[in-house]
Amino acid sequence: MNSSSESAESIVVRISGPVVTAVGMRRAAMYEVVHVGELGLVGEVVRLVGDRATIQVYEDTTMLKPGAPIRCTGAPLSVWLGPGLIGNIYDGIQRPLPGIEQRSGAWIQRGEKVNPLDLDRRWPFAPTVRPGDTVAAGQVFGEVPETTLVRHRLLIPPEVAGRVKSVVAPGECSLRDPVAVIETPGGDRTISLMQRWPVRQPRPIRERWRVGLPLLTGQRVIDTFFPMGKGGAGAIPGGFGTGKTITQHQLAKWSDAEIIVFIGCGERGNEMTSVLREFPELKDPRSGRPLMERTILIANTSNMPVAAREVSIYTGITLAEYYRDQGLNVAVFADSTSRWAEALRELAARLEEMPAEEGFPATLATRLAQFYERGGAVTTLAGELASVTIVGAVSPPGGDFSEPVTQHTRRFIRCFWALDTELANARHYPAIHWLQSYSEYAENVAAWWEQRAPGWSDLRTEALTLLQREERLQQVVRLVGPDVLPDSQRLILFIAEMLKDGFLAQSAYHDKDTFCAPERQVALLRLILTLYRGGRDLVEAGVPLARVRQLPCVPKVLQAKETFGNDELSRLEELEQRVRDELAALAKRSAQEDRQDV
Amino acid sequence: MSELNFTVQDRGLEYLGAARIDGPLVVIERVRDVGFDEVVEILDPEGHPRVGRVLDISGEQAVIQVLEGTTGLSNQSLRARFLGASFLLPVSRHMLGRVFDGLGRPADGGPPPLSADLRDVNGRPINPCARRYPREFIQTGLSAIDGMNALVRGQKLPMFSGNGLPHDRVAAQIVRQACLLEEQSAFSIVFAAMGVKHEVADFFIRNFEDSGALARVAMFLCLADAPSVERLLTPRVALTAAEHLAFDCGQHVLVLLTDMTNYCESLREVGTARGEIPGRKGYPGYLYSDLASIYERAGRIEGSPGSITQVAILTMPADDISHPVPDLTGYITEGQIVLDRELFQRAIYPPIAGLPSLSRLMKDGVGQGFTRDDHPALASQLFACYAYVKKVRALADVIGEEELNALDRQYMQFGEAFERRFLNQGEYENRSIQTTLELGWDVLSMLPRDELHRASDALVELYYRKQAPQQAVA
Repeated sequence: MNSSSESAESIVVRISGPVVTAVGMRRAAMYEVVHVGELGLVGEVVRLVGDRATIQVYEDTTMLKPGAPIRCTGAPLSVWLGPGLIGNIYDGIQRPLPGIEQRSGAWIQRGEKVNPLDLDRRWPFAPTVRPGDTVAAGQVFGEVPETTLVRHRLLIPPEVAGRVKSVVAPGECSLRDPVAVIETPGGDRTISLMQRWPVRQPRPIRERWRVGLPLLTGQRVIDTFFPMGKGGAGAIPGGFGTGKTITQHQLAKWSDAEIIVFIGCGERGNEMTSVLREFPELKDPRSGRPLMERTILIANTSNMPVAAREVSIYTGITLAEYYRDQGLNVAVFADSTSRWAEALRELAARLEEMPAEEGFPATLATRLAQFYERGGAVTTLAGELASVTIVGAVSPPGGDFSEPVTQHTRRFIRCFWALDTELANARHYPAIHWLQSYSEYAENVAAWWEQRAPGWSDLRTEALTLLQREERLQQVVRLVGPDVLPDSQRLILFIAEMLKDGFLAQSAYHDKDTFCAPERQVALLRLILTLYRGGRDLVEAGVPLARVRQLPCVPKVLQAKETFGNDELSRLEELEQRVRDELAALAKRSAQEDRQDV
Repeated sequence: MSELNFTVQDRGLEYLGAARIDGPLVVIERVRDVGFDEVVEILDPEGHPRVGRVLDISGEQAVIQVLEGTTGLSNQSLRARFLGASFLLPVSRHMLGRVFDGLGRPADGGPPPLSADLRDVNGRPINPCARRYPREFIQTGLSAIDGMNALVRGQKLPMFSGNGLPHDRVAAQIVRQACLLEEQSAFSIVFAAMGVKHEVADFFIRNFEDSGALARVAMFLCLADAPSVERLLTPRVALTAAEHLAFDCGQHVLVLLTDMTNYCESLREVGTARGEIPGRKGYPGYLYSDLASIYERAGRIEGSPGSITQVAILTMPADDISHPVPDLTGYITEGQIVLDRELFQRAIYPPIAGLPSLSRLMKDGVGQGFTRDDHPALASQLFACYAYVKKVRALADVIGEEELNALDRQYMQFGEAFERRFLNQGEYENRSIQTTLELGWDVLSMLPRDELHRASDALVELYYRKQAPQQAVA
């Protein structure tokens, strides 16, 4: 919105890939959006020296020439917030990909400008305030049913507060229509169904809370062993082929958050396509509605411009914050933050910044902290409890967790799901390693679990201890083989195998097992540990381990996870009783045999 | 000459002399109206044109990367012509059956193919909304691939190899045998060679000839003795041709890129010459994005009958899979076929490593309705059992095979049979998917039935051999 005389002087003087230098930019502001060249390529000012500005351009700069005009917009990069976001798929700067496809076909052309939201679509608006009401920033003033799953609550923008002067009657409105006028100290403000917010600035909240509720994912190794909290931050690091993306997809599908924002940041095109094809068909296990009705996708695939990849993370988190402000629990999945960090590195190199570790800019840690700290369990301005949970995939080069992105990420997250190449090679999925992973939220959510599925804490500790002891025993086994160990120790090896195969491994493609309800998780774990406790007593009494292993219930226990669905808990209990019975029978039998021997 | 610099609007203009020549880069000053990535023709003292492109352009200075090398150029006598466009390739369906150089110019003595279409070799990103998810199983006739790492149409599946390993033979066999189960239509093949030896190129050409495929192959050869910078364009040129064949002409195209390691070397060379800040092992920080701009040019598009399937070969320096080239490739492609030196030394062909190989799209292209209902479970079971074999072998190395318990010895036998009978096959042996699956069950049946946890009872009941073939290892 600068004067035209100003923009006439602003011209490009140098082009180096996505980084462009321009002169005549004395009035430009940092992170202001500019349009570059005749095509109007979208860019952002990232450095100002005198009247010279360095601009990172979100589109391909091929055949851009020195002397090309620059048009300033006077505003920082902002997203549009309003009904119509859910179910949509955007690129890194919130251009809707279906809209781009309609205009330029299968291949993304440069300089396409499509509105992020449909301005003409009419929404049934129901106001919840009346003229004369006092409204505060962030307060709800009306509702729109956005999808069957999402009741979109419209918020007074954070910088507005005052008295409602007028508001439209319930009925159909488009995003263009003014729906209310608020009298504020600074004059009357007209409010519509849509607002904008600069992506690099966190939206305001009233206060932060301690994380207390688990984010249920239906994945046993996560929920039971390394739980995530609503409002928590976590990372999934793993080398290629360890299943980061599948794990992220599983989380996006089954998490009990009300809104999912999935950021495909520098990853494969086909992966985004598979999400696009799958989510409308998959049903939310709680509501039975298509998952797409609660999902927003941001797709900036690896071959799309690198500067837009950098900003896609912020676009995604801003959309998440907007739904959080409506009082909802939102989960953000970013795949992968390493690609985002690489975009930072690439741009820093083009800006000729001094590199720190492995060529990454010195600001890497700060940028990661800023990103993860935008999550959290909060009270919104309207006084409601809500949360943004962030899970970032990390792709460490060579699967080496000591590299800068993984290391810095660990400082700002509290839940670490380490994917292991060896497990992935054996096709044990999810390949989350039980000894390298951790969750600091386990204590926060223990109270919830004990209420929902009693015994969770103890069973969890017992199982983790067993797996730890197994690891130590394996070191011996690698040297001398398992046969020299006493039966009591071989029992631990045996039960650890059962835990891995019968509990931790979970197929994303098995209809009964892809989602595991909390009660079933605890029941399955108890089943295996019942076998362990009974087996331990028998072995101590001198019964050979081989006879425990041969109990007919053992294969049933192994397959229980895929045999009994979430609604067949009673049959799991029956199986548990059967395990007890068989153990008791074996004890009796061997006691008799002992007597006969005597 | 200098007055020319000030009178230009006209395209035919030549600049005389350069300010600096450094490795593959030429810096020309006082240029006007030049765009980023514009193509330049540099005339050497003999008047032969060499192709270059603009890497960096500021007010009056253009940094040009000369694709055909700077040998013999001089600051004083060099002449440069800016062509007013980025690198464009004339494309046509008549490119099949022809041989081109690394920049897409005919190299077989024939005339340029008739073409009405010029395409920017950089391509454009495919809109993820417009992609069609690949799921048609391609039968390669190799058990190690079909059975355990199945390739689907529209996938990008690279082959990670090492020097001296038979990646060329395996690739040639894939090209020879690849077909779809229900359709008879053959693949069109686009073959791009970057920095490989003449013998390697000859090997492929002979193979195409022998199998009668030559008429449906378009070859882009930038061999080891060609200027290394030229390789930066070769895969892009080849993929531009492939995109035309696939999405304009509706053909199924199999693109073979060899060897991507050489491509990355060239990228590093140019990066160093420009004085860029290097990333890991001296490769530029944008290696990932650059590789993605090549590998992502595969797939299917909604509404187009054609497809691009990519098989890129790369040699891992010192067999190191964590080297930046294979590492970043693995993060972009949909899986990888890894060749294993140990298997090769034991004369197992194809020496496809069981565990680190992976096809990410396999799950959607096999099983009921695609191959056979037991396929996914069988593959998973083979992986699990073979992973255990590796453990047992490590143990046997320490305590000796005799000390193993009976079950572990059975696993050792299974491992041997898996490698000798399932993985191993002839270079001209084309196994149907049924044969492969049956073989898989044959070797699995050497293990006790209750060791097979990954397959459902019903499947095991149906396929497990009640009488295990005992003389398997003989």
